[in-house]
Amino acid sequence: MTYEVPVAPGEKAEIEETTELSGESWPMWEVFVRAHRGISHVHIGSLHAPDVETALENARDVYTRRGEGVSVWVVPSTEVHAFEPDAAADYVEANEKVYRLATTYEIPEEVGQM
Amino acid sequence: MTNEIASTAPQGTPAPEPPDRIMTLLAYADDNMVLAQRLGELISNAPELEIDIALGNITLDHLGVARALYTHAANTEGEGRTEDDLAMFRTERDYTNLLLVEQPSGDFAHTMVRQLFFDAYQMELWKDLSVSIDPTLGGIAAKAFKEATYHMRFSSGWVLRLGDGTEESHRRTQDGVDALWQYTSEMFEGEAGKYRSAWTTAMETAFVEANLEFPSDPYQRTGGRGGFHTEHLGFLLSEMQWMQRSYPGLVW
Amino acid sequence: MVVMSPEEQFQAIIDAEDKIEPPDWMPDGYRKTLIRQIAQHAHSEVIGMQPEANWITRAPTLYRKAILIAKVQDEAGHGLYLYSAAETLGVKRDEMQELLHQGKHKYSSIFNYPTLSWADMGTIGWLVDGAAITNQVMLTRGSYGPYARAMVRICKEESFHQRQGYEVLIRLCQGSPEQKAMAQDSINRWWWPALMMFGPHDSDSTHTEQSMKWKIKRVTNDDLRQQFVDMTVRQADYLGLELPDPDLRWNEERGHYDFGDIDWEEFWHVVKGNGPMNRERVAHKVKAWKDGAWVREAATAHAKKREARSAA
Repeated sequence: MTYEVPVAPGEKAEIEETTELSGESWPMWEVFVRAHRGISHVHIGSLHAPDVETALENARDVYTRRGEGVSVWVVPSTEVHAFEPDAAADYVEANEKVYRLATTYEIPEEVGQM
Repeated sequence: MTNEIASTAPQGTPAPEPPDRIMTLLAYADDNMVLAQRLGELISNAPELEIDIALGNITLDHLGVARALYTHAANTEGEGRTEDDLAMFRTERDYTNLLLVEQPSGDFAHTMVRQLFFDAYQMELWKDLSVSIDPTLGGIAAKAFKEATYHMRFSSGWVLRLGDGTEESHRRTQDGVDALWQYTSEMFEGEAGKYRSAWTTAMETAFVEANLEFPSDPYQRTGGRGGFHTEHLGFLLSEMQWMQRSYPGLVW
Repeated sequence: MVVMSPEEQFQAIIDAEDKIEPPDWMPDGYRKTLIRQIAQHAHSEVIGMQPEANWITRAPTLYRKAILIAKVQDEAGHGLYLYSAAETLGVKRDEMQELLHQGKHKYSSIFNYPTLSWADMGTIGWLVDGAAITNQVMLTRGSYGPYARAMVRICKEESFHQRQGYEVLIRLCQGSPEQKAMAQDSINRWWWPALMMFGPHDSDSTHTEQSMKWKIKRVTNDDLRQQFVDMTVRQADYLGLELPDPDLRWNEERGHYDFGDIDWEEFWHVVKGNGPMNRERVAHKVKAWKDGAWVREAATAHAKKREARSAA
C-alpha cells in the first residue's frame, strides 16, 4: 500500500514509538481558521512553534497557502480543555429533555412557517 | 499573477524605451531571481518543517517578482523576448544584481541576516515604486511591498530570536552580520541613496533588540549593478541556466 | 439496554461508518497500526521532498521552477499535517523524526530511487503521485478522524501535483526527439517502482484482513494496483510512451489489463534499506536536523528569556 512500508520477512510489524530526544521540542499549537467572513473559526490542525509570533506566521504559511482563510487563531495545545460527552452521564440525560427541541412542538399548518 | 501584470502592459511600444529604464527593471529582476535561486537551494534543509514551508513561500515571492519584472522588461523592450530568455540567456557580466543576494546562504543565521538586509531595502524600494508613473511597475511594486513586509517580519523575527537566543546562535548571527556588511552600501548607490536612512533606522532597531553590533570594518564591496560580481554568481547561473543552454529553443 | 464492551462499541462506531476520534477507546492493535501507517506516511512526504528539490535549481523555465517549489513545499505541509494526526495518538513528532533518523522508522521505497533527468519531475507527478492518489482517496474514508481529515486536505493538493507532472510529460512528448527520449527513459526507470508502491500481493500481505475490518484500509493492494494500471495505460497511450512491460495487454474477460510480474527481489531489497538512495536520503535528513539543532535551541531559549522578562 502506498506510503505504508510492508513488513519485510524476518522484520517486526510493530514500530518503536518513543526514543530519547536530542533536544527540547517546540511546543504544539492548535490552529483555527475563519475561511471567510460570516462563519466561525474552525479547528484545522496543529503545528510546532517556539513562540506565539512564530506560531501565527507558521499557521499562515502552513494552513492558508491557497488562500483558505481570512483570520487565523493559534492556541497552545496545553490550553485546550475538553469535555467528552461519552464520559459524562449528565450530557446523555440532556438528550432526554426533548422539550428543548423545536421539533417537539406542533404548530397548525395554517399558521405557516415558524 | 505574472500574466495579469503582463496583460496590463502596452501591446507593443510605439517609441523605443530609453535603455536605462529597461536596465533598471532588469537589475531589480536579477536581485529577486538570484535570491530566489539561492533560497531554492535550501528547500528540504531547514531546521524545522515549519521553516521549510515559510522559506518556500518567500522563495516563491521572490521568483514571482523576478518573473513579473522580466516580463515587463521584455514587453517594454518589444523585441519578443520572454522572461526565460532574460533569465536563462544572459551571462554573469550581463546580470546586474546586488552582490549581497548572490552570496552563499551559509548557516541559518547567515541566511536570515542576508534576508534582513535585503528585505529592509526592498520595503523602501517597493514602497517608493508603488507610486511609479509606470502603472505596470507600480502594480508589481505594490504587491512586492506587501510581500516584503511579510519577509521582513520573518527575517527580523529570526534575527532577534537568534541574536538573543543562545551564546552559539548569537555568535553565528554576529558572524553573519560581519561577513555580509560589506555588501550593504551597494544597495544605496545613485538614486537609491534616498532609501539609506530608513534602512539604517530599521537596522538599528533590529540590532538593538537582538544585541548585535554594527561591524567596525568600513570596507564595502560594490560592482554588481555594473556586472562586476563575486565569483559565486557564475556557478549559480551555470546551474540555473544549464537546461536551457543544453537544449536551446525547446518548450518545457 | 444491551451493554456493549468497549471493543464492541468501538467496532459498532466503525461499522456505522462513523469516525474514531482521539479520546475514544481503541484496541491497542488499532492504535499501533495507525501510528505505524501515519508515521510512515509523514516520513514519506518529508523524505519525498528530496528527489524533487534536487531539480529546483535546474528547472528549465521559471514557470516550472515556481511549480516545483510549490509542490515540494506542499509535501512539507503534508508531512506536517500527518505528523499532527499521529500526535493525536500520543506519539511526539520529534520522536518520530528521531526514529526515522535512527533507521527505526521507514518511508516509502519509491523515494529511494534517484531523479536523473528533468523528465523525472513529470514522471514523479504522474506515476508516483498518481499511485499515491489512488491510495489516498481511499484513506479519506478511513475510520480514524484526524487521519481521514488530513487526507482530505492532502488529496485536494495532490491533484495539482499529478496534473502538473502529466503536463511536463506532454511538453516533452510533443517536443523534440531528445525530449521524448528523455521522457521514455524516465518511464522505463519509474514504472516498476511505481507498481511496487502498492505493496506485496494480497496473499503475501500481513494484517490486511484486520486493517480492512477496522477500515484503516478499505481496498486491497492488488485491487488498488489494478485500478492504477487500468487508469494509467490510456494516459501513457496519449503521451505516446511505451510502458516497459511486454506482458501488458487488455484482458477482455476480466475487464482489466493484465501485466507482468513485479521483481519482488528488488522490492524487498529496497524495503530493507539497500536501494540506490536509501543511505543518502536518510543522511540528508539527519544532516538538516543536526545542522538545525542550534536554531531550534536558540528559539526556545529566546522564548524563555522573553517569558522571564515579562514575568519580572
